[in-house]
Amino acid sequence: MRRGRLGDRLLHGYTWLVIAWLSSPIAVMILFGFNDTPSKSNTSWHGFTLKWYAQLFAIPDLTDALWNSVLIALVSTAITVVIGTMLGLALGRHRFRGQGTTNFLVFAAISTPELVMGASLLSLFVSANLPRDRITITIAHVLFSLSFVTVTVRARVVTLDPSLEEAAKDLGAGPWATFRQVTLPSILPGVLAGAMLAFALSIDDYVVTSFVNGSTLTFPLWIVGSVKTGIPPQVNVMGTLIFGIGVLIAIANAVAARRRAHT
Amino acid sequence: MRRLTPYLLALPSWMWLAIFLVVPLAAMASVSLQTGNVIDGFVMTFSFSNYGDAISAYGTQFARSLLYGGLATAAMLVIGYPVAYWIAFKGGSRKSMYLFLLLLPFFVSFVLRTISWGFLLSDDGILFGTLKGWGLLPPDFHVLATAFAVVAGLTYNWLPFMILPIYVSLERVDPRVVEAAQDLYATRSAAFRKVVLPLSLPGVFAGVLMTFVPATADPINAQVLGGTGNTMIGNIIQTEYLVNNDYPTASALSFTLMAVLLVGIFIYARVLGTENVLEAAAR
Repeated sequence: MRRGRLGDRLLHGYTWLVIAWLSSPIAVMILFGFNDTPSKSNTSWHGFTLKWYAQLFAIPDLTDALWNSVLIALVSTAITVVIGTMLGLALGRHRFRGQGTTNFLVFAAISTPELVMGASLLSLFVSANLPRDRITITIAHVLFSLSFVTVTVRARVVTLDPSLEEAAKDLGAGPWATFRQVTLPSILPGVLAGAMLAFALSIDDYVVTSFVNGSTLTFPLWIVGSVKTGIPPQVNVMGTLIFGIGVLIAIANAVAARRRAHT
Repeated sequence: MRRLTPYLLALPSWMWLAIFLVVPLAAMASVSLQTGNVIDGFVMTFSFSNYGDAISAYGTQFARSLLYGGLATAAMLVIGYPVAYWIAFKGGSRKSMYLFLLLLPFFVSFVLRTISWGFLLSDDGILFGTLKGWGLLPPDFHVLATAFAVVAGLTYNWLPFMILPIYVSLERVDPRVVEAAQDLYATRSAAFRKVVLPLSLPGVFAGVLMTFVPATADPINAQVLGGTGNTMIGNIIQTEYLVNNDYPTASALSFTLMAVLLVGIFIYARVLGTENVLEAAAR
């Protein structure tokens, strides 16, 4: 029994060690956003400053890249959530011909390596003579997020009690009213989780985007492009802000979920 | 009308997946058998030799990718399993807090995370620079641009994807089952080996699936952390496509990579059933 308790304590410490390891690069990123570096390269500590927060948008190309990323993430998330939720409902709620094939396609979209997905999309766009820009990037982002939204929504749909929808219909609600007032509210947590996942996947993507971007740069592409010349502190600041916003949204979401569970 | 509903619901996604996934993959299959160059165009010649040529030219990088991906996956399993175990069985009311902390890195861009990690490992950086200053490491000691740096980077980047599915499967294990084993005079290690471990295997399979594929195909870690001597197949495919415009070779390499990875996935899918894999992947 004593050995067991000692083992538990060791595992407890070990878990914190792994958490510390996973967090250390983030801590470094945040810290070096406050670095008073005199040169463009940001590799050694020169004292504390807030000037990079003041000069956040001082590099026009970087600012453009960041806005491209945000815009593409918003648009692709909107499209993905709508069509992914529809597919999730179809798969979770109905039995239809081609369901097996559809499941397989959803699975294939998740398991195709990003590199292969990007390369094959490039072949398509080249042979269709489509110029590569924000539209082709958005198309690609919808493609790789779609399955994740579908699977997340379906997992929620299958836990629904079908008698609720039947009750709404018995009370004279049409299909659209039933969807808006009964189905959607109960699958909303799944839809929101899917939306956050799609947004996160989109704003973070490098590999697929690097094939279909043409001359458009997104935030991750800009960063990789500037590795050789040195990454300016503004990148750290933007990374820190995205991190902060993401964490806040996640915490708010968790608090809301807890409140829902209590009422 | 009601019978049409599922088809109407599925239609937009079907079209998206057909036009942007199935057609491009088929087009790529066709390009991989063509010959020509980017100026004169490519003609279908059914040159299956493209595959042989591509593999013999880049066999080293292929083998290296599978090796690095495999090593990183093994490292994630060894590092991640105890963490998942502890949180599932001893996390108590703080389970979600621990999971949240493990997921923190995902709020930072993947590219930026990898670069930060490279920065920590840099030759005269805050870690090794300091140790060298204290005389604890020889001045020419370095980790960047080694195989170790790449495998460590891959391990770092996908570790949470290994921990989560294992956690999910362990969390479902009823503690009373373990108690029952101990009541029947199983030692702690026997109870673990014969009860807990088998019940967590679906999570292990899902974790391996979610980490091995992206880690093997990833070009970023090799590019940022590996220097010139650790090129992986992802870097080759990128260069062949975007720099050399050798589409047949790049397509043949992409297909070979996908075939190798899919064979692995289908073995897993067979063992688990696709629905289970997807379910685990969704959590």
